[in-house]
Amino acid sequence: MICNMILCGVGGQGVLSLAAIIAKASLSAHLNVRQSEVHGMSQRGGEVSSHLRIGDEEIVGDLVPSGTADLIISMEPMESLRYLNYLKPNGIVITASEPVKNISNYPDVNAVYAKIAEIPGSICLEAESLAEAAGSRRASNMVLIGAASSFLPLETDGLQNAIRETFASKGESIVETNLKAFDAGRRFQNPN
Amino acid sequence: MIERVLLGDEALAQAAVDAGLSCAYGYPGTPSTEVMEYLIAASEANGFKAMWCTNEKTAYEEALGASLAGKRALITMKHVGLNASADAFVNSALLSINGGLVVCVADDPGMHSSQNEQDTRALAAFAKVPVFEPVSQQEVYDMTREAFEVSERFGVPVILRMVTRIAHSRASVRLSEKRPQNGLNKSSDKTGWMLLPATAKRNWARLLEKEKQFHSYSEESKYNTLKLTGSKIGVITGGLGGNYFRENTGDLPQELSRLHIGFYPIPAEKVRRLYESVDEILVIEEGYPVIEEQLRGLLGPGKPIHGKLDGTVVRTGELTPDNVRAALALPPRPCGSVNASDVIVPRPPALCKGCPHADTFAAVKAALAEQPQSLVTSDIGCYSLGALPPHSAIETIVCMGASVGMAKGAAEAGLYPVVATIGDSTFLHSGMTALIDCIQNNTDMTLIILDNSTVGMTGGQPTMIPSSRFEPLVRGLGVDPEHIRTIVPLPQQHDKNTAIIKEEIEHRGLSVILAVRECIETAKRRARKTK
Repeated sequence: MICNMILCGVGGQGVLSLAAIIAKASLSAHLNVRQSEVHGMSQRGGEVSSHLRIGDEEIVGDLVPSGTADLIISMEPMESLRYLNYLKPNGIVITASEPVKNISNYPDVNAVYAKIAEIPGSICLEAESLAEAAGSRRASNMVLIGAASSFLPLETDGLQNAIRETFASKGESIVETNLKAFDAGRRFQNPN
Repeated sequence: MIERVLLGDEALAQAAVDAGLSCAYGYPGTPSTEVMEYLIAASEANGFKAMWCTNEKTAYEEALGASLAGKRALITMKHVGLNASADAFVNSALLSINGGLVVCVADDPGMHSSQNEQDTRALAAFAKVPVFEPVSQQEVYDMTREAFEVSERFGVPVILRMVTRIAHSRASVRLSEKRPQNGLNKSSDKTGWMLLPATAKRNWARLLEKEKQFHSYSEESKYNTLKLTGSKIGVITGGLGGNYFRENTGDLPQELSRLHIGFYPIPAEKVRRLYESVDEILVIEEGYPVIEEQLRGLLGPGKPIHGKLDGTVVRTGELTPDNVRAALALPPRPCGSVNASDVIVPRPPALCKGCPHADTFAAVKAALAEQPQSLVTSDIGCYSLGALPPHSAIETIVCMGASVGMAKGAAEAGLYPVVATIGDSTFLHSGMTALIDCIQNNTDMTLIILDNSTVGMTGGQPTMIPSSRFEPLVRGLGVDPEHIRTIVPLPQQHDKNTAIIKEEIEHRGLSVILAVRECIETAKRRARKTK
């Protein structure tokens, strides 16, 4: 089994920490991991993506081949559509609904939502609002991990431990906020 | 056994530490920066020296000194940094390298954050220096350790060629036993470090002898693997091309004979064995057609060789599992049926909100508004984004430091007014020398040093000297103090700054304007740290 993911958003939104946490949980679960990201110029408010591959068999490359992504997890609605060529025919898109309009020609956001709704099984949630309710808008990436958790070959507590480890150095209240945000995403996807 | 999750860059750094590194020097550049950041963080606890330098050439020369003293040394840079250090690099191949000298050069095929996609293997072949090219983070680690051994065994510098997708990708890496640092052991080879014509001739002949040994080493290397399957098509893969080939092999009707090359110079004998057993060859390599061009010299006209030169493999950009699939004549994999191209627009990178460069560019544009013959040259850094709307303020971006020399040439050719814009770190890297040329000729131009106290684009490394030393530096070089001005690039200072730039443009000689305000991201980071 190899689970391929494209994690995307806008530079500065926390896409790389989103990737890092899923990667960390995967390693704790003794899965193989290859996680590719792009630094430098592209991080300055531009489109950002990370390829994440986890699995119990050998993973030979760092990039996800087109048509093989099980999941696209996006911090921004238009960005969730940029990488659809990577999505496998029954793959799922999980995206935050709040647009980042740092460009003058941002398309009609309702057209973006309509397009997302065309993808079977797609999930579009108000990640920033849920994160804010949990304590900080900056934790919206944790909301997305929560919403994606039931599609990942990982246990919930493994992801929670990875969140704890990642934020431990920043103090208990930051850890709690991020765990709450993760739970909010998880409950959105699976209210029971 | 210790196992850790590391970026490719971090795996290289950790390998150098475990190989007994004593001195590491580098200049920041994507995608190589994280090597030195990791080393600086680890240096104190492990008792070695690791530091940023003014440019790649000074870094290279400092490492040469450490090697002469018998210590293992590492140099880190991005691919174009090797151009900046080329004088030291090419000549160092003729030296009698003493302590292991490894050069980490990170290429950026696809130009994610670079001005070209040059291939370090081509420069290495020119200098006759061996190269390791890893395909996984584990190989990064193992090869770096071996590179130090090879360097000491043959007395040559050795290159570790990284590319973006390996440098900036994370995976689990098994570490091996740490080796102690070398003792101080000054080279006893009296002529091995002097390139006088007489000694250089001897050293050059010696390098050509060593080259034969590199070839034998290459034939034996475990990183150059040949598997013959009896197929009609034989594949030669280099670097990540090997991964993307493997990604697609499940869909091929049969297993193809393959030679993978991870150590250079290329293993000519293995290439011949492959060639003899197949009817045609396909070369899949990340970067320039380096292997492919050498094959043509090695094998002569005969069986068809496919690759980048005949268009079977893409000639520009980086390899991907998808374009390698197409090169193997496999159909694309199906993907979801939703086409969203009508609701997606590009989102280019931009200067951060509140960036001082934006305010400087606004003032430059206002000052030049009524000047039809103006030229604004610029340079490498965050401020290169001044080329894009809404700023559209700069007209040239070539290489580190070029803004200063190009402005001089353009002014002397007759353009007026000419304004050069360059960041503080880039100015120290390669702009300062050209400024001396301008001073000597009192060139009619205005140089604006965008001093944000940071190497911004690579993540906020400190500039080599503090902001306060730029004014005395420029004055000391000989710029007329009356035409050294300082502005604070802030929106509320716009009119004042525009007026100052106008005044200095109107001065028909050399002016230097220091635009001083800390990078907004660095300021934020500092605020977080002190909180």
